[in-house]
Amino acid sequence: MSSPAPQTSGLFDCRDAYVAALEALGAQDQRIVAVVNDSVGSSKLGGFRKLFPERLVNVGIAEQNMIGVGAGLANGGKIAFVSGASCFLTGRSLEQVKADCAYSQANVKLCGISSGVAYGELGPTHHSIEDVAWLRTMGDITVLVPADPWETDQAIRAAAAIDGPVFIRISRMGVPALPRPADATFEIGRAEVLREGNDGAIIANGTVVCRALEAARLLAEEGIHARVVNMSSMSPIDEAAILAAAQTGAIVTAEEHSVRGGLGGAVAEIVAQNTPCPMKILGFAGFQPTGSAEFLMERAGLTAGNMAASLRALLGR
Amino acid sequence: MSAAPQTASGAASAHTSTATGTLAERAAHVREMARQIRRSALTMVFEARQGHPGGDLSATDALAALYFDAMRYDPANPRWPGRDRFILSKGHATGALYSVLAMAGFFERDELKTYMQPLSRLNGHPNRVKIPGVETNTGPLGHGLPVAVGIAIAGQIDGADHRTFIITGDGELQEGSNWEAAMTAGHRKLANLTLIVDRNRLQQGAPTEETVSLEPLADKWRAFGWDVAEIDGHDIEALLPLLDGSIARERPLCIIANTVKGKGVSYMENQASWHHGVPNAEQYAQAMKELDA
Repeated sequence: MSSPAPQTSGLFDCRDAYVAALEALGAQDQRIVAVVNDSVGSSKLGGFRKLFPERLVNVGIAEQNMIGVGAGLANGGKIAFVSGASCFLTGRSLEQVKADCAYSQANVKLCGISSGVAYGELGPTHHSIEDVAWLRTMGDITVLVPADPWETDQAIRAAAAIDGPVFIRISRMGVPALPRPADATFEIGRAEVLREGNDGAIIANGTVVCRALEAARLLAEEGIHARVVNMSSMSPIDEAAILAAAQTGAIVTAEEHSVRGGLGGAVAEIVAQNTPCPMKILGFAGFQPTGSAEFLMERAGLTAGNMAASLRALLGR
Repeated sequence: MSAAPQTASGAASAHTSTATGTLAERAAHVREMARQIRRSALTMVFEARQGHPGGDLSATDALAALYFDAMRYDPANPRWPGRDRFILSKGHATGALYSVLAMAGFFERDELKTYMQPLSRLNGHPNRVKIPGVETNTGPLGHGLPVAVGIAIAGQIDGADHRTFIITGDGELQEGSNWEAAMTAGHRKLANLTLIVDRNRLQQGAPTEETVSLEPLADKWRAFGWDVAEIDGHDIEALLPLLDGSIARERPLCIIANTVKGKGVSYMENQASWHHGVPNAEQYAQAMKELDA
């Protein structure tokens, strides 16, 4: 199935929205601190360091320590935004995330940068396609996967506003700004229906939401009106939106993540136990070969064309 | 990252203990509290039929010195921002820790009877969400020091005068995360941070030096930028001046407290098998008799 070439203009790196929000919050609230593992550059925190040098804590290349220090800063009254490449932030220090942050209910905000296959050519050591599966099983940590700059900004502000641990998954892949009404609001635990429709649904999050919208546009040309749901809040998750999507008769899920235990798994857990419907889970089947992020996503079928074809197949049309 | 920030360090502003009396008087009080902690912890382990008595007893004197002499806290307001913090990184020593917290007034001593019972908040490892006075949830080893370093950095950024204390086991120092945190603490000159290593020389199954040797331990901490004091960890008169803030410091302090696993109960002392052994009725009676003096 061929699909249109991805849009190359008007794309945004969500790290920019992240640091802009953090700098704005930092100016308003002395408690905001940033913690990094020698990742000032890759987390784009040079501006924050310039503005608030005493509030940028660099622990060096030491991720277990980084997470513990973040939890300790929270204990000392700070709101700690801990940033690092998502693969190391979650994988290297998973037990610190579990014990020091989630189980301890520490007021720490973990920002997983360059998640998914953003580091395409660097290989599976640097891919982070397991992070959502690992963290959402903990239950006591909020997991957010914003899809564009606006939602990244909103997710950072929402994370700062609640007292408790949050993981925010941030990509470096360019994404377009999604079309939204001017009065759109972001709420942890609430999904966003980006396109109405009752001929099946595509539930996506993160970098591939824009592709789901494109898939729905392609299907509409054939008279198939698919719903598009942006499931940026992975934990807590919007069960009502998932059950409503199941009523459309078929669900395709799409995520820049493993097909095991991520968005697809979460949706399947709810659908299978309540209103079973045909599903297709699109994502990565395991460790990925060498290639650019775009190449790997296309190879895994994370394209508008394949999302449309998958829903068409489920609907028998 | 530039060098350590130039904000006020804990050393310049750290408060001192409010304990009064001569050193001998203070020590006598701490010793009596330690005796009560040992009796309480052993009773909890005996009744629960599980626990870690060996490590409870080796850490007891340091815990008593911290909570009943050195530290500033308010059990009626356990999250008071100005409090001194204590982290038990060897989170399995809850027989001693819960006894101390109850005796310090964070919860009723009666509740110690629920230790490890179904649905009790007093499980085998401390939980800050449920138990007032606990600062972070420990249990997996090597977690306490990074969190303590984070608290100390928060105090450093604010120029606050609160202090952070932590007890680690000695075998626990085989976890690499401790040394990541040690490097950060040394680099940032966290003078408001004091680590007590419960150096009982025994880990779960064997002596540390036969498992993976830690020596020369003092040299390791010095090399990471810490001040080091080596003492008999059961010598209260030696502990108190190191913990009460009376010595101005410019670097984090590591106290290597040479202790005896199972201290105070003759048949448990220096026996690795009492890491998580449980006394029978006869042994319990003997232990309580020995701790009656």
